Amino acid sequence: MAINGKNRYKSLLRFTTAGSVDDGKSTLIGRLLYDSKSIFEDQLVHISESSRRLGKDEMDLSLLTDGLRAEREQGITIDVAYRYFATPARKFIIADTPGHLQYTRNMVTGASTADLAVILIDARKGVLEQTLRHSYIASLLDIRHIVFCVNKMDMVNFSSEVFFTIKTRLEKLAGQLAIPDPHYIPISAKYGDNVVEKSSAMPWYQGKTLLHLLETINIPVSKNSCFPRLPVQTIIRPLNDEYHDYRGYAGRITGGTFKTGDEITALPSMFKSKIKTIEAGGKQLSEAGAGESVSVTLCDEIDISRGDLIVHTSNIPKSSRELTAMICWFNEKNLRNGGRYLLRNHSNETACIVKSTDFRLNINTLEKEPSVEEIKMNDIAGIKIITAKTVFYDSYKDNNVTGSFILIDESTNETVAAGMIN
Amino acid sequence: MIINSEHLKELENEAIYVIRETAAQFEKKVILFSGGKDSIVLVHLAKKAFWPARMPFSLLHIDTGHNFEEALSFRDNLARETGVELIVRYVEDSIRKGRVAEEQGINASRNKAQSVTLLDAIEELRIDAAIGGGRRDEEKARAKERFFSHRNEFGQWDPKNQRPELWNIFNGKKHMGEHFRVFPISNWTELDVWQYIMSEKIELPSLYYSHKRKIFNRNGVYLAWAPFMKLRPEEKVFEAEVRCRTVGDITCTGLTLSKADTLEEIVAEIAATRITERGGRYDDKRSEAAMEDRKKEGYF
Repeated sequence: MAINGKNRYKSLLRFTTAGSVDDGKSTLIGRLLYDSKSIFEDQLVHISESSRRLGKDEMDLSLLTDGLRAEREQGITIDVAYRYFATPARKFIIADTPGHLQYTRNMVTGASTADLAVILIDARKGVLEQTLRHSYIASLLDIRHIVFCVNKMDMVNFSSEVFFTIKTRLEKLAGQLAIPDPHYIPISAKYGDNVVEKSSAMPWYQGKTLLHLLETINIPVSKNSCFPRLPVQTIIRPLNDEYHDYRGYAGRITGGTFKTGDEITALPSMFKSKIKTIEAGGKQLSEAGAGESVSVTLCDEIDISRGDLIVHTSNIPKSSRELTAMICWFNEKNLRNGGRYLLRNHSNETACIVKSTDFRLNINTLEKEPSVEEIKMNDIAGIKIITAKTVFYDSYKDNNVTGSFILIDESTNETVAAGMIN
Repeated sequence: MIINSEHLKELENEAIYVIRETAAQFEKKVILFSGGKDSIVLVHLAKKAFWPARMPFSLLHIDTGHNFEEALSFRDNLARETGVELIVRYVEDSIRKGRVAEEQGINASRNKAQSVTLLDAIEELRIDAAIGGGRRDEEKARAKERFFSHRNEFGQWDPKNQRPELWNIFNGKKHMGEHFRVFPISNWTELDVWQYIMSEKIELPSLYYSHKRKIFNRNGVYLAWAPFMKLRPEEKVFEAEVRCRTVGDITCTGLTLSKADTLEEIVAEIAATRITERGGRYDDKRSEAAMEDRKKEGYF
């Protein structure tokens, strides 16, 4: 894998899985962990004991992912669980999210940090409304790589005809949603066909197994390659003799590359300066790119504080006090039209008012339903927001850090919505 | 063994981002320091996050009184070298004040009692963010943990009603009396931690390396012998070459029979192991939901 330059690929792949319990999602994850030898002996003993206690004949691998007492008791996944496994080729983080309609918000949460989504389809049932929903959420969150796994091939006699019929439907869907990099694999999670090992029952499938695809798929280190942005988290001021005048602007670069000597502009002040040094943990760097936590010093003393953005002077983000965005509503209390919330994007915070809710998305048909009265938990909607101070942002498709935000209810302090700026 | 430093770099960048976010969003922040490798890695990351300034955190150690001597002297040295304040609160004091009752019997441990002492310290010192070295790969209740984990005014965790955490936007807003637990190395695995220690050449207490020690076997777990450990008649103390995979209170730290005395050997041993890290933790063996229950009460 190339290490330098723009063609760096991730050696740590974060992916999310979508599909309900009936689709065999837990079995698939269990299979990946089991076949990659990531389940430990004491965990296996534990799971088989628990399975027996719950009166199950076979070992239930979902007990591995369902970590909370309530989840085990009710046999459902309530919350996002994170799983880790590694092969000699790559490290993986799975955000395992529940697939039911009422858990749309958990899928959005899991998808927000994923590079790739694995979407399960039951070969007997084909493309269902939920397949549409899962694919849509993945595309809304701008996940560019989607692996459609047509599961339970063993229950349709490993029929190529069944697979290719479903694949044709999925290709159409991927086209509609403009998914840049879709993949299609016929699998049987239960028996392991095409999960880790190639299936001998499906010689007509010439492609990669799921694990092999996950190990080899090229995913750039950051999808925000073009827009150099450094949101300032905190200011580092040692105030000692050795570093008397040191003022480091600390943050994680969210897009593009910064080099020493670069002309920069600080927002919102619009003051200009040049980058004097870039440091990471005491090490001097000549350049740093998206994803790196750094501290930069500038040639001039200008006023910069937390929440400000340092950007290339040649590439200034958009600025406005009115935002149009897609949101997913997370809270039991409905969205209040005209309501006041706190908006946070990257390290910046401002009060805001929801000016209008323009439509709610029917997530099963992907139709926009206009003139909605209330936006409820798990709804996805298009809204307009007026902010108290000017927000500097990029469109979510261009930069998923400067283009995303959360809304906070000031009375409860809860995170009530996730937003993606158009 | 070749270390893929690319993924360690990404985990380090993420952890430093979380640590800086904690510094920016809270008033009184501490690192929960146990003397274990995860908290030592946290201190290392915090040093890097604020270089060349001193980290804006104190170290808080909840002392059960049943510590390995090596862990305590290591703790004191580290605090001295980094120049940060070390705050120690004692479970012994909580027991004396009647805040918590001492467990009795063979398996008596002060592990659970730590939660009371910790919550009292958080209240006394008005701590609003306690940074811990918990990792999601350790245990199934921890797999559900957020980076910024809210605790109500009683210090309790409500796992079914956690704040959603999207992208890298962390919401640390709270009411008076509430606090947050912050877990910057949530996404690290045990092997990641060891590889990072090796690549950064981080110093560890000698306990982690193979050494001779008096031990005994209890239900398949090797425990260190100490004067306050009560033995069953069939439990025999013997000397063996062991090392710690995790370091906690002596009463619940399982030891591994091992001759590994370099980081390279330890990393190779961890990479090949078929037992989870907490498989040797006596405190997790109490019930299926042992960790979840302790966490709800305010445990680390």
